Amino acid sequence: MQTSTKALSGAVADIDDLHHEKLLKAIFNLSLWNFGPDVIDALLELIVSLAASNGKHVDSCLDMLVSNFTPPNKVLDMLKQPRGLEKKERVLPRVHAALKNISELVPMAASRLSSIVLEQMPWKSKRNVDQWSMKRQLIYVENMFKLESGAIREFVGANMLKDVMNVLRDLDVAIGWDDILHDDSSKGVFMIELEDENYADGDEDADELPSTLSEKSLSKNLTAELLDSLMVQTFEHLESSVSNKRLSEVFDTLLSSFKDTVLNTYKSKFTQFVMFYACALDPEHCGTEFASELIDMFVGGHNPLTRMSAVAYLASFLARGKFLPPAFVASYLGRLVDWCWQYCVMHDGDMNPKLHQVFYSGCQAMMYILCFRMRLMVEIPLLKSQLFCMPIDKIFKHKLDPLKVCLPSIVEEFLKQAKAARLFTSSKTFVFEDLLVSNLSRDFGGLERLDMFFPFDPCLLKNADRSFIRPNYVYWKYVRTTYHEDIDDDDEEDGSDGEVEGAAEFDDDMEEVIISRSYGDNDLEMDEFDYAMNKMSITPRNNSSAGLRMPSRIRPSMSPESL
Amino acid sequence: MEGLSVVQANLKVYVDPSQSKNLSSAIFRELSALLFKYNDAFHGVLLAYNVHAPENKGRILPGVHPFIAVRLEAKLLVFSPKPDMLLEGKVVKVTEESIHVIVLGFSSAIITDEAIRNEFKYKTKHGQGLYVNRSNRRHVIKAGTMIRFVVKSMNEETLHIYGSLMPANTGSVKILEKFSEHMNTESVTINSTPKKRRSKEKYEVTTQITEHGSIVKDAPSQNHYDREIKKSRRS
Repeated sequence: MQTSTKALSGAVADIDDLHHEKLLKAIFNLSLWNFGPDVIDALLELIVSLAASNGKHVDSCLDMLVSNFTPPNKVLDMLKQPRGLEKKERVLPRVHAALKNISELVPMAASRLSSIVLEQMPWKSKRNVDQWSMKRQLIYVENMFKLESGAIREFVGANMLKDVMNVLRDLDVAIGWDDILHDDSSKGVFMIELEDENYADGDEDADELPSTLSEKSLSKNLTAELLDSLMVQTFEHLESSVSNKRLSEVFDTLLSSFKDTVLNTYKSKFTQFVMFYACALDPEHCGTEFASELIDMFVGGHNPLTRMSAVAYLASFLARGKFLPPAFVASYLGRLVDWCWQYCVMHDGDMNPKLHQVFYSGCQAMMYILCFRMRLMVEIPLLKSQLFCMPIDKIFKHKLDPLKVCLPSIVEEFLKQAKAARLFTSSKTFVFEDLLVSNLSRDFGGLERLDMFFPFDPCLLKNADRSFIRPNYVYWKYVRTTYHEDIDDDDEEDGSDGEVEGAAEFDDDMEEVIISRSYGDNDLEMDEFDYAMNKMSITPRNNSSAGLRMPSRIRPSMSPESL
Repeated sequence: MEGLSVVQANLKVYVDPSQSKNLSSAIFRELSALLFKYNDAFHGVLLAYNVHAPENKGRILPGVHPFIAVRLEAKLLVFSPKPDMLLEGKVVKVTEESIHVIVLGFSSAIITDEAIRNEFKYKTKHGQGLYVNRSNRRHVIKAGTMIRFVVKSMNEETLHIYGSLMPANTGSVKILEKFSEHMNTESVTINSTPKKRRSKEKYEVTTQITEHGSIVKDAPSQNHYDREIKKSRRS
């Protein structure tokens, strides 16, 4: 085999695509996974020579190489075993080297490669997920990431990332809410979080948990399992991009893909966490870029639905991103408030949910952010003064009456906290009766129900959440609100190996600088640092091993997470 | 290098109405989609364009799917290699059977061993294949060398060029230009010194005689020499 292949390599210029059609077909149908390294090398030399000798063979050669991204079933089955791993190490690096060689000899081949990779994607050909298609998809995406970070990333990298995001989104959308939601419409936006001590300890039989939304119900869903695994792969790829100092380049592509395909996909539940995690890895650059893009889209966009979606993302991001410093949140909140106030000044009309839907979505975003972050902001004097200088009361007392239109559960929680912080007290009495929605909020939310769109609600994908998202995430359960009593310092938890809220301050001019505690930094000495941090921060802890002792048990009256 | 030309073109670009707010970027997007592809209208591969700023005016063509038709003038850089044209490119791979070249960074060319003149002999040095000119050991073609070759044919669909190194004026660009410089220097010297000119001219005539790509080194013919002496005596 090796000899005949090498002989063919020397005669590629004489191979005619019509007269030698059967020979070519036999060559292109070969699976490299069935051969030893010498034969693989000879075959790949033949493939590269064929592509370089005649432009007509380029597509077929690329097809053949891409088809070898996934092994035959018998090898697929043993990929996690040493034999399978050995085969993988034997084949895949060589395939990628051959792709690189072809791109060097035939520059235009790189532009063809992206479309061929997309065409051959396993997900495209088989929509119903089973164990085989899952394994195939996983190894295929692994190869796509190799292309994204490999020698020819300049030509194909961006397309690979975008295609992966599209796959994530398609799988995400394929998981229906029926699969994971036990409908309980009597419950409000803020609920007891999924994370409970018992659940965090892995006790899946914890009865204390309200099971409105449950990771358990997703566990038997193969599509969700595939999505979970792909999300983990994506997060790992982001981490390796940090090591290779390429995260900002990768993030630019992710942001572009997010704007094109995820932002306006309201059924997307988990895909957006790719952006969340990328920002967690580099809050200063990626976090800033993401938030800036969202606020710019809201303030300067043309399409109302896109603007509403952007502000919902911004609110959810600023509320849930544990890695975002309070000053950062305050600055974007300030821009949001300014826009809302300018809108009030320019519009003298009465309440009209449909006409002023963008405005109401901005107001709801403000309230949502403050529900999560108000306590933190009022505990820092500089931010408190900034907050109190914002024209929040003027906005809420305006004729447009956002408190009546926005989601009742958010309004109620905001009013409670604002009153406790003496930030704002409404002169009217609102009786919401624990309502999640009202007719007015439905009106401003429209058909897409953007009034109930909180895109960074807890991620229900087990592996993606536990290993990657959770340490960077603010759970409502652990948020200290302004109306809760302070705890004694002695009762506070120490020795956390997890996270402390209050990420790095980007601006050195801030009076009170909260020293950063980076994710994964297990060597930090806790005692003095924790004491200082706990005095001023809301501290969602995620320390399943230490046992959680929260300063106060937050039991808001409304239960399930928002949709 | 031949094959490159700048053409002035009158174009009509059809833009979707949804792009009407930013006509310029829509037009640039349409034109950019044509780059590095063979276009029958231009008879070649579009490499670059320079569009005169459109007036943001266009006629709306009615129909089931109306488009905005925008007329504009553009300068286009087109690459259209034809048979027997001389092209230059960088060698990326040398094997005993072929030399692979990249032209203008995007078009791949192949010169098979049958299209390489006998003057060049294939060798391997330090594991790398190369072709060495038997007459001039310095004339080497290896990976990284810029070479000049003649176009035999081109596949318009794949932008694949088939080349030839048979003619004498093909090979390493550096060597060919050195040789050409040398020839120019000699002809300058001939112009300034009449006596010497005669002998140099004879030398030139002798060395330029070629046959099938190989230089035939003949001694100056006696008859030719005698004729020159008689001319000088008459003057």
